[in-house]
Amino acid sequence: MINLLNIQELAVHFGGLCAVNSLNLRINSSEIVGLIGPNGAGKTTAFNVITGIIRPTKGKITFLGREITGKPAPVIARSGIARTFQNIRLYDDLSVIENVMVAAHSSVSYSFAEAILGFGRFTRDEARIRKRSQELLDLMGLGHLTREKANSLPYGSQRKLEIARALALEPKLVLLDEPVAGMNPTETSDFAKFIIKLRQDTSIGIGLIDHDMSFVMNVCDKIKVIDHGIEIAWGVPHEIRNNKKVIKAYLGEN
Amino acid sequence: MDLSFATQQVIYGLTLGCLYGLLAIGYTMVYGVLRLINFAHGDLLMVSAYVAFFGIIIFSLPWPVAFLGAAIFTAVIGILIDRGAYKPIRKSPRISALITAIGVSFLLENLALVLIGGRPKSFPIPTLFNGSLSIGELKVPVLSLWILSLTLVLLVIVIGIVHKTRIGMAMRALSRDIETVSLMGIDENRVISFTFALGSILAAFGGVMWCMRYPAVEPFMGVIPGLKAFVAAVLGGIGNVTGAAIGGLILGLAEVLIVAIQPDWSGYRDAIAFCIMIVILLTRPRGIMGENLPD
Repeated sequence: MINLLNIQELAVHFGGLCAVNSLNLRINSSEIVGLIGPNGAGKTTAFNVITGIIRPTKGKITFLGREITGKPAPVIARSGIARTFQNIRLYDDLSVIENVMVAAHSSVSYSFAEAILGFGRFTRDEARIRKRSQELLDLMGLGHLTREKANSLPYGSQRKLEIARALALEPKLVLLDEPVAGMNPTETSDFAKFIIKLRQDTSIGIGLIDHDMSFVMNVCDKIKVIDHGIEIAWGVPHEIRNNKKVIKAYLGEN
Repeated sequence: MDLSFATQQVIYGLTLGCLYGLLAIGYTMVYGVLRLINFAHGDLLMVSAYVAFFGIIIFSLPWPVAFLGAAIFTAVIGILIDRGAYKPIRKSPRISALITAIGVSFLLENLALVLIGGRPKSFPIPTLFNGSLSIGELKVPVLSLWILSLTLVLLVIVIGIVHKTRIGMAMRALSRDIETVSLMGIDENRVISFTFALGSILAAFGGVMWCMRYPAVEPFMGVIPGLKAFVAAVLGGIGNVTGAAIGGLILGLAEVLIVAIQPDWSGYRDAIAFCIMIVILLTRPRGIMGENLPD
């Protein structure tokens, strides 16, 4: 097990608002780490900082031993961090497979001229990317929908497509922002099985945010709880379940 | 009005329409990717015209070299406009970008005025583009054939790039959501630069062809064609490349044919485009081939 992500004393301020305050987090390979907390706790902000969308006010983020704090988003993505979004963000009028291919493209590099004229290495890579994208869609059970437009898929399939797209980056770490939001209990339990299997098969590290506590407790190896940007607990699921501070944060006093 | 006269006018209309179309494609591509109306786009016509003019007259380059040089130079200017003017305000409200675009347009026009002077220069037309073919009573200018075929070829190339290539896929993805594209490991600024370069190259070819059709090069020559190409892009459905070409053709035909039918109205030539704009905005704001936008 190798350390993938290491966040030290991360702080994010928006003007006077402190969205995240001295967050520490480690995610190792083959590990599923949950980041939970009430609404507005700063979970998504943390993901946005890790992936380079927002610059942190303070703190240090390293990925595979290299510092990535404040690096541009594409650089961080190419170094091996992929994510999905709380509100699904697919490319609506691209086909299902094209959505995946967009992300897969960054794993190869060739010149503009090659990309436009389409010869040699480019054609081979193109075929490889299409094949790999098809495999990912098959893996997510979307293999038969390749040519559909992304926005014509039902909600649950759109979530799966987002994950296929994230995996197309060939990431070492995947950040899932509320992956089971809007799924029914059967879909949720299927999804739980899927990510546990994914972790076994690929030794990918997974960070996830969700409000579905039974799902989080079920799949996560470790859980970090934050509230109002402040870290209030860290531990294995059963420690978190019985933690007084956590219960208070979720349910209020008494 | 007899048939040969009508056909003749249709040829003129299509020629003009293609020129509008070439410019409109650039407008529509930049809008598609950035949701920005690049009002400086029309002035690229002027930039390319001057580069080709100076290439031929001052540096006595052969015309293919001068034309190609004009295309490359204009593409670089297009990229520089984006990097210098639009990139720093990418996250600002859209209205800031719009005002900046108008500012860039004024800058280019007045820069040309200061550096080169306002006196119109007559564009040297290479012999290959001169003359016309006579088919019965019909006279088809050779230049019209060039313009029609060039537009067709460029349109096919652009559609191919947008729909079949990796960079085109990134462009289409970018038009939906810039942020997620950067999270897919794609440098969005490279894709945006490419879009500007491609649009500028089309404008450059349009500019050179325009000068051979209306051979006066002056600093404000891009203003009216630019505005009309914008109308064409809106008419065709802004964001849609094929739509832009179709919009250009309709506009060109309308302009030429209306004046042909009612010669008294020739003074209102330029008004026709804007009347079409008003009608389309009132009746079908998304244009002929436009998508249904939520906003």
